[in-house]
Amino acid sequence: MRAYLNGNEAVATAVRLARTEVVAAYPITPQSTIVEKIAEYIADGSMAADYIRVESEHAALAACYGAAVTGTRVFTATSSQGLAYMYEMLHYVSGCRVPLVMAVANRGLAAPWTIWADHQDAIACRDTGWIQLYVETAQEALDTCLQAYKIAAHAEVLTPVMVCLDGYVLSHTEEIVDVPEQEAVDRFLPPYQAAYAVDPERPYVFGVGAGPELYPAFKYHQQQALLRAQEVIKEVDREFGAQFDRTYGGLVDPYYCDDADVILVLMGATAGTAREVVDDLRRQGERVGLLRLRSFRPFPVADLRAVLTAAGVVAVLDRDCSFGYEGVLATEVKAALYGSPAPVASRSESQWGQPLVAGFVGGLGGRDIGPADLAGIYRQCLEALRHRDRGGELVLSGGWQR
Amino acid sequence: MVKIKELPDAELVQGSYACAGCGGILAVRMALKVLGPETVIVTTPSCLLGVTTFYPQLAFKVPCVNVTFPSTAAAVSGVVAGLRRRGKAGIKVVGLAGDGGTVDIGLQALSGAIERGDNFIFICYDNEAYMNTGVQRSGATPLGARTTTTPVGSVGRGEDRPKKDMLRIVAAHNIPYAATASIGYPQDYLTKVQKAMMVAGPAYIQVLAPCPPGWGYRSDLTVKLARLAVQTGQWPLAEYAEGRLTVKEIANPRPLPDYLTPQARFDHLVSG
Ligand code: SF4
Repeated sequence: MRAYLNGNEAVATAVRLARTEVVAAYPITPQSTIVEKIAEYIADGSMAADYIRVESEHAALAACYGAAVTGTRVFTATSSQGLAYMYEMLHYVSGCRVPLVMAVANRGLAAPWTIWADHQDAIACRDTGWIQLYVETAQEALDTCLQAYKIAAHAEVLTPVMVCLDGYVLSHTEEIVDVPEQEAVDRFLPPYQAAYAVDPERPYVFGVGAGPELYPAFKYHQQQALLRAQEVIKEVDREFGAQFDRTYGGLVDPYYCDDADVILVLMGATAGTAREVVDDLRRQGERVGLLRLRSFRPFPVADLRAVLTAAGVVAVLDRDCSFGYEGVLATEVKAALYGSPAPVASRSESQWGQPLVAGFVGGLGGRDIGPADLAGIYRQCLEALRHRDRGGELVLSGGWQR
Repeated sequence: MVKIKELPDAELVQGSYACAGCGGILAVRMALKVLGPETVIVTTPSCLLGVTTFYPQLAFKVPCVNVTFPSTAAAVSGVVAGLRRRGKAGIKVVGLAGDGGTVDIGLQALSGAIERGDNFIFICYDNEAYMNTGVQRSGATPLGARTTTTPVGSVGRGEDRPKKDMLRIVAAHNIPYAATASIGYPQDYLTKVQKAMMVAGPAYIQVLAPCPPGWGYRSDLTVKLARLAVQTGQWPLAEYAEGRLTVKEIANPRPLPDYLTPQARFDHLVSG
């Protein structure tokens, strides 16, 4: 069935189709319409779930944690300050290996107070042990939420998943979305069977304490699960594709990267604009490409290397900043490429060796990043590449959209 | 009325690392005898968590869900909803937290869960300070008590604010049942736990649970002090049900120094 849905409605639809059993949430812009929609579904009987109307985001995630350890399928959503308020609980949920799904309608953090999109909120939760998937369209938001339940509950992963969608740009913008049939979703996502659940017959402890002798082992297993999740995310995307005829490339989503001299790396809805810019520049004969990063955690080092090492310049657009350093994604891309071998069979005129990486920070607090901005980044990098011997400095310093 | 003789011998918490004479673990042990094995415990970083569930230790013979310090009651709501979804609404869900995790950092979540009317019992074992972190004052520390953050010196004279009146706060939510109790009065305490079990909706019990290292007394005096607190009028045994507050009368109150003198935390008051 095709429907005209915005990103938040697409998420709510996925949560309903996944037969989610417990939802706990606290309102925050621009997330609120997700949980409002879910409340409507429950009120009109189209979704059978318990809705816990909590008094804060911290409590929302604590309630989700409590519900999830009883063996139910659980969902919450938040944004910005709300996610920051959950920060403490994020670790509890991932450390206790609770497979729940949360949508984050990405929004900048105060001060200055803002309600508009950037990625600072989720990026700041990089090290909480959650899988983070960033989507480009409302369709992908819906599909990724369905995938997220499967990834999170995979026996070798057992890790919560954040599905990140840009505030307003995706959360409140409507597009035509193909809504899968319930039967098809049921086939893709059978009822949740927890291996460990609250049960007086088998009295497990959830969220145990651990001394210095054992704590590292727990964390080691968590790290292994996150690394393993890379393959699982791809598998689930393939499986989804086989059933619904739509895939997103798993961890990374490259566009015209095969022969590109300059590749722009970014996350989220800006990819839509970037695709048009790539098309335009290609028509003008420029060899440019786009790599949309879908999975920020786990960070797909091998997949990035496979695509990026043949490029001359890798431009990274961050909608966040690690203050006092640079955009976080830029640092991560550099780290991923560090020590990676230069391409063996170099193209005739582009024997670049290791690509230069240039970090750009833009789109903070909802600032528009238009085609001209993106074309500017491409042009700056192409220019630097043509004068690589003296242009490296320029491109490495990147830029900041003020 | 609970008959002590009829309580099961079997223990549902066993093998804890609690200090000798810990009133807190006694409060939990006694409550579980009434609550029975069809119970889930939700608890928070506290002495209780510290002494019962350090991997691979497992002192509880009932399921135990540990959660962040502010979140006991919020996690309780989740467990209640989850069990309802699983068709296991008959399992009792009991939030257990110390005074800090209840009257201070956990107050918001507790308020939310009571206001939602979720079916649970919340037991606060009140040892009147943050014992797990080394005896810092909490909102439940009584006036004049010495703690590591309300020390006694030439200027400081211990805690300078009266104890937070948690029972009234909880009652203001129109909670169906709330009570104070003392481990020194087991029959009264356990009867209150039983009443809390019968209530449809939230129930709150704040049980005085003396702590030998925190209060500074000999560990064999725990039960005696829990009784003296009541007998000297320092810990009223109160019950709030159906909108009415009742307080047990103390026929012949004992003099206050009987309660204060054995405790190092009140030394400066007793010795002048
Ligand atoms: S410090 Fe106090 S409350 Fe903690 S275990 Fe020891 S006696 Fe019990």
